[in-house]
Amino acid sequence: MSARFAVGDSVTVRAAFPPGHVRTPFFVRGKTGRVTRVLGPYRNPEELAYGRSGEPALPLYRVLFRTAELWDDYAGAPGDTTVVDIYENWLEGP
Amino acid sequence: MAHDHPHDHDHAHQPHPFQPDLEEQPLTHYQVMTQAVGDLLIEKGVFSAEELRAMLEAIDAKSPAAGARMVARAWVDADFKARMLEDVNKAAAELGIDAGGIPIRAVENTGEVHNVIVCTLCSCYPRLLIGLPPDWYKSRSYRSRTVREPRKVLAEFGTTIPEDVEVRVHDSTADLRYMVLPARPAGTEGWDEEALADLVSRDCMIGVTLPKSPGV
Repeated sequence: MSARFAVGDSVTVRAAFPPGHVRTPFFVRGKTGRVTRVLGPYRNPEELAYGRSGEPALPLYRVLFRTAELWDDYAGAPGDTTVVDIYENWLEGP
Repeated sequence: MAHDHPHDHDHAHQPHPFQPDLEEQPLTHYQVMTQAVGDLLIEKGVFSAEELRAMLEAIDAKSPAAGARMVARAWVDADFKARMLEDVNKAAAELGIDAGGIPIRAVENTGEVHNVIVCTLCSCYPRLLIGLPPDWYKSRSYRSRTVREPRKVLAEFGTTIPEDVEVRVHDSTADLRYMVLPARPAGTEGWDEEALADLVSRDCMIGVTLPKSPGV
């Protein structure tokens, strides 16, 4: 599977709340960040968790967020950032 | 305990508080399941009790020393550092270190960025390179607060990062593991790798502290 996003792309994490095993933390759902690295294809953990194959593998990305945009009352420095690894099925283009 | 010696002395038998042995706590669901699965795999001959014991011993024997050796090499060899930042597992193999099959990436501290690692969803950690994680790394408090108020958490570890340095929190949510490549401390010019490695602690490879300074 070829990766839909490239380094530098702006991406928004889906604001979805499905039940079951999910590896996208709540605090980035609905938030917009930037791809800093395309890590390659990895089997889908939301399927693997239930004993299924996890195929087809999904592109996995490193996505960088401004921490102040993740938390309304963030008390650190404005330049602080947070990087999260997110599978492609959770990302949307601008 | 039975108390059957003759009462010809008058010491007071005050009960004193004691720490219960682990075996006296009720087993949790997951302890029972882990034990049962282990027993079944041995019974079915998937592996032997000795193989299981040896694997646990090997995991317990991993220490931050391997990671510290890599950091020291990176400080003295810019080409090695570049390879380590690209692929820690491959760079580890160059030094005869088996970093395992799970991909590990290193993130570099510079004058502009201070990195810190957390796993908010569970407790992912590059065990094969820096040993078993400390208990606090697995605590709900560290996992939730490090993304929410990283500078406060760092301050509790005695680490104050200037406001003009970006604090970058890495949440290991997926298939990769992360370690911090700390910045080489000032005053270590001309030091050999072994002396440099002594400055590199487990905690500075998680990013909650900085390497020791020379003479401290």
